[in-house]
Formats: sequence, structure tokens, C-alpha cells
Amino acid sequence: MADTKKPIIAIEHVDKWFDDFHVLKDVNLSVAEGERIVIAGPSGSGKSTLIRCINRLEAHDKGRIAVDGIELTEDLKRIDEVRREVGMVFQQFNLFPHMTVLENCTLAPIWVRKQPKEEAEATAMRFLERVRIPEQASKYPGQLSGGQQQRVAIARALCMNPKIMLFDEPTSALDPEMIKEVLDVMVGLAHDGMTMICVTHEMGFAREVADRVVFMDQGEIVEEAPPTEFFTAPKSERTKAFLAQILRG
Amino acid sequence: MTVNAAVKWLKRNLFSSWWNGALTLLVLYIVWSAIPPFLDWAIVHAVWSGEGREACLGPGKGACWPFIFANLDQFAYGRYPAELRWRVDLAFLLGLAGLVPMLIPRVPAKLWNLGYLVVAWPMIAIVLIAGDRPGLVGVDTDLWGGLLVTLIVAITGIVASFPLGILLALGRRSEMPVIRTLSIVFIEFWRGVPLVTVLFMASVMLPLFLPQGVHLDNLLRCLVGVALFSSAYMAEVVRGGLQAVPRGQYEAARALGLSYWQTMGLIVLPQALRSVIPGIVNTFIGLFKDTTLVLIVGLFDFLGQVRIQLSDMHWSTPQGAATGYVFAALVYWVFCFGMSRYSVFMEKRLNAGQIR
Ligand SMILES: Nc1ncnc2c1ncn2[C@@H]1O[C@H](COP(=O)(O)OP(=O)(O)O)[C@@H](O)[C@H]1O
Ligand SMILES: [Mg+2]
Repeated sequence: MADTKKPIIAIEHVDKWFDDFHVLKDVNLSVAEGERIVIAGPSGSGKSTLIRCINRLEAHDKGRIAVDGIELTEDLKRIDEVRREVGMVFQQFNLFPHMTVLENCTLAPIWVRKQPKEEAEATAMRFLERVRIPEQASKYPGQLSGGQQQRVAIARALCMNPKIMLFDEPTSALDPEMIKEVLDVMVGLAHDGMTMICVTHEMGFAREVADRVVFMDQGEIVEEAPPTEFFTAPKSERTKAFLAQILRG
Repeated sequence: MTVNAAVKWLKRNLFSSWWNGALTLLVLYIVWSAIPPFLDWAIVHAVWSGEGREACLGPGKGACWPFIFANLDQFAYGRYPAELRWRVDLAFLLGLAGLVPMLIPRVPAKLWNLGYLVVAWPMIAIVLIAGDRPGLVGVDTDLWGGLLVTLIVAITGIVASFPLGILLALGRRSEMPVIRTLSIVFIEFWRGVPLVTVLFMASVMLPLFLPQGVHLDNLLRCLVGVALFSSAYMAEVVRGGLQAVPRGQYEAARALGLSYWQTMGLIVLPQALRSVIPGIVNTFIGLFKDTTLVLIVGLFDFLGQVRIQLSDMHWSTPQGAATGYVFAALVYWVFCFGMSRYSVFMEKRLNAGQIR
């Protein structure tokens, strides 16, 4: 089914090195519009590096990455175009501590999309309602709980009206009781048809919303399959070992 | 009840152990032996009025304050012509009119205010003070002196070093090798030479390299030297602040599509500068005091002017030098202490605004 739509993200034969360290090895991944991908794998396998290549927080050394038809090269203008279309949510939230929640959300729409302030604020309030914290709009990030901060981070990304959302372990830094409130927001997004790539170890989330689960190990994509197949009939030994470990925990 | 509390306080804070008690007594002894003689000299036995040196002569007399009162104009303006001093006053008042609202956080339009203060006002002030416009009587910089020169050097240093220092700090962290190398070489060069050397080079050596007939004013040369010197220091302070901003802040801003300059200006620098306010003010205070070094290249700043007036036969008295230097110290202290208090105020205010 994925093949019938046009790919919005095309990653072809991508290699990347950190000095001598070969962090991505001939990675190929094609994501269709509206598709939800979960990337799993042991720590240090290159998951973060891969999704950071999609919005050029990291530059790949070989191969080709195209997002929404725009190929990522040194060209700064194209990089900016891609970044406008791709929202990102980080493990550490990375909210701007010197700005209120509302200012965090309106900053990019005002400065990058050149929206009038009133319009940006109206949009921001809409998304803050959607992540269920409109009442925190005038607080500073330091006054919020981790779960609330991460939901603000999601709202901040959504305010740019992105076509694609990248999540890099959005719940890993959260206390267990806050994980659900963030996952609920992400599930809601998935049901609205957002194209999503999520690095996460929340296998319940993967089962519920993922179209495909991609398993990475040591810089390679070892296996990719729809979740039912991935969890019930993993092909590779490495996947089996990983699943055994993570599902036991 | 209150006596009881006082005794308790004393016990807890000053005499909590025999060692602590001994230190308290020692400090009390030092204070006791230094402060009363000083007050005696500066106030009790000081001369407060008189028309010339005779008033301050005689045994047992303390500070000679009439010397200060009689020379206040020289201390403020140097040899700047008396009938034109209103132009200096006007420039000063115009500066104050920009500075005061800038320092009060509640007053809006900070960006315009800053623009006035660092762009418009310096130009107005220079025209007023130098008078190099048709219709105004020109005043050669040789005649400038006293607090006027001190403030010109200090303000130029501060106004120039802030943006230059920020650019250099960003340059030093740039990913472009050429810019990074240039920034490092520049910063390390200026940090590696004493300000005295810089001033000597600016005043004595620079003219040797200038083409024949090109005349650069001595004061101007020193201003350039001071500005470059202090921007190197400022760069290092700002760099410390940049390092304290987590990498994730930069990445989040870039991921949202903000450009490099937007990221720096809206996200990274506001946080970096906040965290180094004490260091910035420290640099300003150091710079303010270092302005006294322009004395050695023939400029008469406030301290230099005090020394000139000291050599005036009309006021040569045994206590004159001490009085002059105590007065100079007091004036420098007022400026530096003011800056220091303001930085404490700003820090408190910013910390109250946001909890990390
Ligand atoms: N900027 C960097 N410089 C050098 N090595 C890095 C850098 N970022 C990540 N690495 C290394 O690359 C490997 C993959 O990192 P990462 O993509 O963060 O893995 P994951 O997200 O799967 O845990 C790790 O071994 C990590 O130490
Ligand atoms: Mg990671």
C-alpha cells in the first residue's frame, strides 16, 4: 500500500561517518505521505543520526536524501525549505527557557513564516488546546512538568504546519506517569493522518499506530515490516534478541 | 528581648568558636586603628573653606578640600574652553536622557532606545564636543581633559566592545575555518599584550606606518586601541556564556527553520548574555579603571587632570596630593560601584523572571 503513494521522504544508499566511525551504513528508506514509521533499535545504533539527517541537523556523506521532492545538499536555501516542512520533537524537549510557552510556539511562525503576531497566537492557542495545556500559555517552560513540556514541544512544532513530524525518543526522559499523556497526543496526530517518523521503544505505540516498524542495529536497517509481522514473526536473529530484551523489560 | 536577640546573633555569627572570636577581635582592632584616623584626617581636622593654599597650611591640618572645590571645572572638562562647556553638558544630558530609560526595565521601546544610545547619540555628542561643523567653534582634542576624556574613552570602549565582542565570540565558535582562525588570532593577539603597550603602539608607532600627510588624532588612535583591546576581553566573556547554552537550544531553533542569525539573536545570545552579566559588567568596570592609562600617551583623563592641578603652585600644600587622590578614588568608586549594583539588580530581575 505504501508503494502506491508517492514517497514524501526518500533515503537512498546513505552513508555517514563521524570521523572514522561508520554510523550509517547504506541506509535505504522510503516513506509515503501519511505513513507512520517507528524506528527501534539498541542505543548507539544510529537512529537519532538517521532522523537528524532528514532535517539536516546532521549532514550525510554519501547517498541521497530528498524530502517532499527537495534534495538535501549544502544549499542553505533548500535546507531551510525542508526545515519549514519538517517538525522535530527531541528527547530533552529543548524548549526555549527564556520565553513563555506561547512565545515558544509563535516564534518560528512569526520569524520564519512571517505570520502576523495575532494570527500566530491564535494558531498557537489552537495547538495548545489540542495538546491539552492552553491554561499554561503564559508560563515559562521551567514551571511545567516534563510531560507538559514535551506536549508544548509538540505544539511548537505543529504551529509551523509541517507535513512531516520527527520524534526522537520523545518519552525517554519522562517519568512513567507522564508517558501516556505524550503518547496520547502522538496517537491523536497519527489518526489525523500526519506523516510521522518516531524513534521510540514504546512498543504499544508501535502496535497501535505504526504502518511499519524499522529495526536498526550498528548503523544498518536490519529489518522493516508491519508491526504485527515485526512482533510475531521477526526474520533476523538480531531483531529477535532485541525484542526478547525489550518485551521482557 | 531585643538585647537578647542581639546577643544571640553576635554569638552565632561572630563568636561561634574561639577561632572565629579571635578573628572578629582582630578585624575589629584593624578597623578601629584605621577608620578613626582617616575620618579625623578627612573630616574632623580637614579644611573645608579658603581661597588658596594658605588656608590649608599649618600644623595638624587634614585634607585640603578647597583645592578640590576650586578645581572642579578642570577635573570635569580639562582645558576645554569655559565659554563652550555648555556643549559638553548638553551632550552629557542628551546621553543621560537615553541611558536612564534604558536602565529602567519597565520603560518600553528598548530597541529604539538602544539605537539612539549607541548610534544617534555618539554622533550628536561628537559633533557637539568637537564642534567640527560649520557654525560651531571647533575645539581641538588637545584641550579635552578630565572626566570628559575618561567618559569618552570608557563609553567608546563599552559601546564598541559589546557588539565587536559578540561577533568575535560567534566567530570563534563558527564552523567556517577562516572566520574561526581570524577570530582566534585577533582575540589572542589583543589579550596577549598589555593595554599600555597597545596605547604606546597606537600613539607612537602607528603614525610611523601611516602615509605622509595622513594625520590621525591622538585621542582617536587611543580610542581605536581601547575598543579593540576591550572587545577581545568581551569576546572571551561572551564565549563563556555561549558555551553554557545547551546544544539542544541551537538544534531546536534550526529545526524550526530559524536562520543562523535568528537563532543566535533570538535564542542563543539572550540566554548566553544573561548568564554572563556579572562577567560583562566586570569587564566594563575594568575598562573604566583602565582608562587612566591614557595618561602615559599624553591624554589627560580625570586622574591625569587631578595630577596637573596638583602641580599648580597656587595649591601646593602638604595634604594636597592625598586629598586629590582620595577624591579621585571616590569618583572612580562611585562609577564602578554604580555599575556593580546595577548588575546585581539585573541579575535578580532576570532570575525572578524564569526558573530553569
Ligand atoms: N556528533 C557526534 N560525533 C561523534 N560521534 C557521534 C556523534 N553523534 C553520535 N555519535 C555516535 O554515533 C553513534 C550513533 O548515535 P545515535 O544516532 O545517537 O544512536 P541512537 O540514537 O540509536 O542511540 C553512537 O555511537 C554515538 O556515540
Ligand atoms: Mg538517540
